[in-house]
This record gives sequence, C-alpha cells and structure tokens, in this order.
Amino acid sequence: MPEKRIESFDVKRLEILDEEGSVDKTLMPALSGEEIKSIYEMMLLSRAFDERALSLQREGRLGTYASIRGQEAAQVASAFAAEKSDWIFPSFRETGVQIALGYPIYMLFQYWSGDERGMKCPDGLNVFPICVPVGTHLPHAVGAAIAMKIRKEKKAAIAYFGDGATSKGDFHEAFNLAGVFSAPAVFICQNNQYAISVPLSRQTASSTLAQKAIAYGFTGLQVDGNDVFAVYKAAREAMEKAKQGGGPSFIECFTYRLADHTTADDSTRYRPVEEVEKWRGRDPVKRLRLYMEKEGLFSEEFQRHLEEKVQKTIEEAFRKMEEIGHPPLSGMFAYTFKKPSPMEAQQMKEFLSDGGG
Amino acid sequence: MAAVNMVKALNMALHQEMEKDPSVVVMGEDVGVDGGVFRVTEGLLEKFGAERTIDTPLSETGIIGAAIGMAAYGLLPVAEIQFMGFIYGAFDQIANHASRLRSRSRGRFTCPLVIRTPYGAGIKALEIHSESTEAFFAHIPGLKVAVPSGPYTAKGLLRSAIHDPDPVIFLEPTRLYRMIREEVPEEQYAIPLGRARKAREGKAITLVAWGSMLQRTMKAADGFDADVIDLMSLSPWDAEMVLGSVRKTGRAVIVQEAPKTCGFASEIAATIAEDAIAYLRGPVLRVAAYDVVLPFSKLEDYYMPGIERIKNKIEEAMRY
Ligand SMILES: Cc1ncc(C[n+]2csc(CCOP(=O)(O)OP(=O)(O)O)c2C)c(N)n1
Repeated sequence: MPEKRIESFDVKRLEILDEEGSVDKTLMPALSGEEIKSIYEMMLLSRAFDERALSLQREGRLGTYASIRGQEAAQVASAFAAEKSDWIFPSFRETGVQIALGYPIYMLFQYWSGDERGMKCPDGLNVFPICVPVGTHLPHAVGAAIAMKIRKEKKAAIAYFGDGATSKGDFHEAFNLAGVFSAPAVFICQNNQYAISVPLSRQTASSTLAQKAIAYGFTGLQVDGNDVFAVYKAAREAMEKAKQGGGPSFIECFTYRLADHTTADDSTRYRPVEEVEKWRGRDPVKRLRLYMEKEGLFSEEFQRHLEEKVQKTIEEAFRKMEEIGHPPLSGMFAYTFKKPSPMEAQQMKEFLSDGGG
Repeated sequence: MAAVNMVKALNMALHQEMEKDPSVVVMGEDVGVDGGVFRVTEGLLEKFGAERTIDTPLSETGIIGAAIGMAAYGLLPVAEIQFMGFIYGAFDQIANHASRLRSRSRGRFTCPLVIRTPYGAGIKALEIHSESTEAFFAHIPGLKVAVPSGPYTAKGLLRSAIHDPDPVIFLEPTRLYRMIREEVPEEQYAIPLGRARKAREGKAITLVAWGSMLQRTMKAADGFDADVIDLMSLSPWDAEMVLGSVRKTGRAVIVQEAPKTCGFASEIAATIAEDAIAYLRGPVLRVAAYDVVLPFSKLEDYYMPGIERIKNKIEEAMRY
C-alpha cells in the first residue's frame, strides 16, 4: 500500500505597513483616522513611560524594570483590538498593553517601584496581575476562556508572552487545553528573538513559532510585529472569531527588543550592536508616523501637542505615586487569606508592636 | 589565597571541577554566552565549549528532567535554575524522579545530579525571586540540601555536591553573592555534606542559622556568650553538633529567613525537644519570617528577620 498524504499545513505571515509607511490597501483593517491617531498616542505614551522608568531606575527610584522599546506596535495595536469586558493575562513586559487598556499609569509606577498596590486592577478592567514565572499564566487564560464559554458570554481571554515561554510545558498544556475545549482564547506571542541571552534558535528548532498551534488543532499566524495594522487586524479577527465560537488562535508577532532584557542585563554580552541598530531602523513608532504623514494625519504641531500631553500624563502619574507614598506596613498581612489564620494574627500583633525587620 | 566574593568562589569551583573531570557538565538558562545572570558560570563556555556548557531553552522541567537522564547515564550535570522561584514546574522531576531513582531501581540507576539555584530575599528583586522554600526540598527523602553561608563554604560544599553519588540541591543566597569577601584557597578542597560548623564558640546559648541568616545571627550574637552553628546542610543535617551544643548551653534560638510554619527551624526544634529536653533551661525559640506572601521590595526589609529581632529573641531565651 502506498503512503498517503493525510494532512498538510501551511503557515502564513501578515504584513500591511512597510518600512516606508506605505500600506497594502487590500489588507488594511477598518480603522478611522481618529483611531489611528489614538493608537499612535498610546505608543508615544508607552514609550514615554518606558523612558521615564529607565531613568528613574538609574536614579535608584524604581526597581528592576523590563523595557518594551521596539515592541510598542505589538502591544498597543493588539490591546486596542480588545474590549473592556475581555480578560487580559500579561507577562512582565507588557507596559504598552496595560497603557492601551487604560490601566492607571501611577499604578504601573507603584508596581515597578516595589509596591503591590500597583497590581490591584481597577474595577471595570480585567487585567490579571503581571506574571513573573514565564509562561505559567497561559493555562489561566484558557481557564477563564472555558468559563466564558460555560457562561455563554461573548468575551475573549487574551494571553501575552514571549518567545521563551513557548519552551515551557505550561505553554503546550495551555494550547492543548484551548484546542480540545475550543476555548475563546487568543494567544499573543511577542517573538522579540531573545529570552535574556538565549536566541530564538536555541529556543526552538521550528522555523516559526506560529506553526506550533497547528499541532494543537488551531491556527497560528505570524505577523510583522512592528506593523501596527497587521497586529491590529490579526488580533481583532482572532478576538472576533473567539467571541463567535470559533475557538482559539495564536498570533506570533515577530519583533525585536531594542533595550536590554531588564535594567539588570547587559545585552552587549550576547548580541551584536549592528543587529540592534538594524532593528532600530525598523522602529514601529516611526513607521506609523510615516504612514500618518502620507495620509495627512500628522503635523509637527500635532506631534508637539502629543509629546507635551504624554509627558504631562507621565509626570502626573509619577507625582501621584509619590504622593500616595510608602505602602502601609500592615499591608503585608492583609491579603494572605480573607480571614487571617490565628498564627498570622498573632504574628501581625508582634509585627505591629516591634516594627518587624 | 585571595579574598573573593561568593560568585567568584563558585566560579572557581566550577572551573576546577570541569577541568579535572570531563564528566562534569553545566546546563541551564543563560549559563553559557551570558555567563549566568549572576555571572557564576562566566568563562566556562569559552574554556570547555558548548557541549559541556549548555545554554538551554527556557524549560525548567526539561533542564532537570534531562539532567536526570544525563546523570543516570554517567555524567555529572550541574543544572542551574535561574531563581528558586522558577523551580516548581520541575518539582515533579525532583520529587518523583531525581530523589527516587536509586530506590526505584534498587541501586541499578543513580542520579549524581547537582541543581544550583539562587534564593532568598534582600536584593529588592521582582516578585517570585526572593522566597526561601528550602524546607520543601529538605522534606524529600533521597535529595540532599546544601546551603553555603559565604565564599569559603560555597566553594568547598559545591565540590562535595558535584562528587556526591546522590542528587543535591545547592541553594545560593543571592544576598551573599557579592556582599562579603573571604579568603578562599586556590586549590580544591571539600566541605562534607551533612556536617555543620561552629561559626563561633560560646557556653550560654546555642544559635543555629544557615545561608544569609548566618551573617545577621553573628551580628546579633555580639555581647552574648553564644555558640553559633552554621548548618551548611539541611538534609542530611548535623543534629549531633546541634544537640551537643544545646546539652552544653541549655538554651537554643534558631533563625530562619523562611516563614515560620513548617520551616526547617521547626525540625531542629523538634529534634532538640526529643533528644535534649532534659538539658533545656527554657523553650527553644524560633526567629522566622511571617506566614505571609513575601512582600514586594518596599516592605522586604520589614519582612526579613533582622538583627534587632534576633537579638530580642536571644535576650528572651537568656531570661530562663
Ligand atoms: C519559569 C521562569 N524561568 C526563568 C525565568 C527568568 N527569566 C525571566 S525573563 C526570562 C526570559 C523570558 O524570555 P521571553 O519569554 O522570550 O520573554 P521576553 O523577556 O523576551 O519578553 C527568563 C529566563 C522566569 N521568570 N520564569
């Protein structure tokens, strides 16, 4: 008996906006000029936060910080596609996602300065606390998605992670569960090509990350992660599909981290500066701006106005964080359980009398 | 001899073990090109090549699971988990496999594996980077647990761990990496696993500590006639030295960085109660962190047992 081909697959890549700011009109998603300007503003705001956070860290006023520089399109445009009722499961490099969703910026400062009050997501938003153990939040997104399905609510659970996370068992278990239960989950990977010093080639022998979804029974699409329109279109369609009962999707945003892994890292130890320079030339913010110039959505005055506005927003947020001040000492005990255990209650009494330490 | 920090002492140990024994391989995330996020494995890739200094994918279960297979096959893997907080995905491999392979195969297969991992609070790190969960591991039969308290003990203990016929988890207190310098011999030397050392001799009270708490305990002991024991190994642990000391002093305070409930201090206290109660003048006391989720960096200093708190407990014990 001859061997038969019983399945075949292909892997697609979506690109809409090129480096000169021209778009493929046939693929362009439905976004108004105002919406595009708003995406641009959030990218500037994210970048301004990032720059401020890096300089505050250098002054010793914030702790270790993970920069998103270079990943603004992947973050802002995908989050822009979400609705307030969706649930978002971020990793630790998601400032642009949080900002685009309207997460209070002073709380991001609180988080990165070592105050857990910054993780208390405000009512009306459903952003899970930042996940530090890589990839371990992906099953949570699937669980929330299964719950949405059980409740028959048209929502999506959206998980963000990096290329490194695709090597974790949690990633594979989450994908498998999502496929089996046809869960309304959208997995968004920012493949920035490094997990600290480990390059993508050491993370996987696959030619793309997108293709990993195929083995779990759903589609994976690679998009140019520095192209706001490709990211937005892929994310929007995946979210709509999830809400229509079409099951999970995986989007691999192919991008690059322009800064060090975190402020505790020195990326010159593991990657050539020429590579970084090459990607600096593909800056997603600049690319969108070129498009806006071509389309008459941009002027120097608009830019100046936005820059002033985002600087003011960042300054006010930082000032608010400082005004709120140090977290109360008793906060350490307030959330272990709903009702403190007898041991904990006793320990808190001792702590409050001797001040701890 | 030169005064070096703990990073350098560990790095020296790895260089020397790899040089002397081609079976020793180092593996983990960022251990090669980057030299480890704390630089403990710096220079190994250049010297011993990519087959023996293995940069792995981000895969804790894979790292430890594969290291078990390598160890069973005859290599001596030294696997690094970048921070102890990320080890739990591999707990299955540690608790169900590494620690039991000898027993399950009735000695036919063994697992001479070392898992190195930074742990502990005090460096203002992000969430999940600062916990002290040594007791989870000390609770596993078949797994040894070693904890250096400085550069000198780090180098000697790591040598013993690498050559031990059974799996060893080697816990490196991050706070100590660059905090202190000690004279560390250039030549190889071994500090046996399972044995404690006297950091100070005294007659009035026994103080037991390990890892980064030793420094603070020594400072708190100033002005007291204290016998200070640096445990160095939690499994097996040197009950003989602790009991001998308590029989002499009649008082004991145990200091741990971990939350109080079910910490390793409880094991020590129970052993003293069983085997030396007749010698005690008062209760065995514990200094520990609170039974709460470890706070973010702004509250970290309030959480970790400090010198003042240790001193107060010593004074309390001395009243008996
Ligand atoms: C399970 C786990 N292992 C190790 C780490 C330490 N660590 C933090 S970030 C990181 C690399 C993550 O790479 P990737 O998933 O590609 O995301 P990126 O940092 O590039 O955004 C590592 C190894 C961790 N946080 N969690």
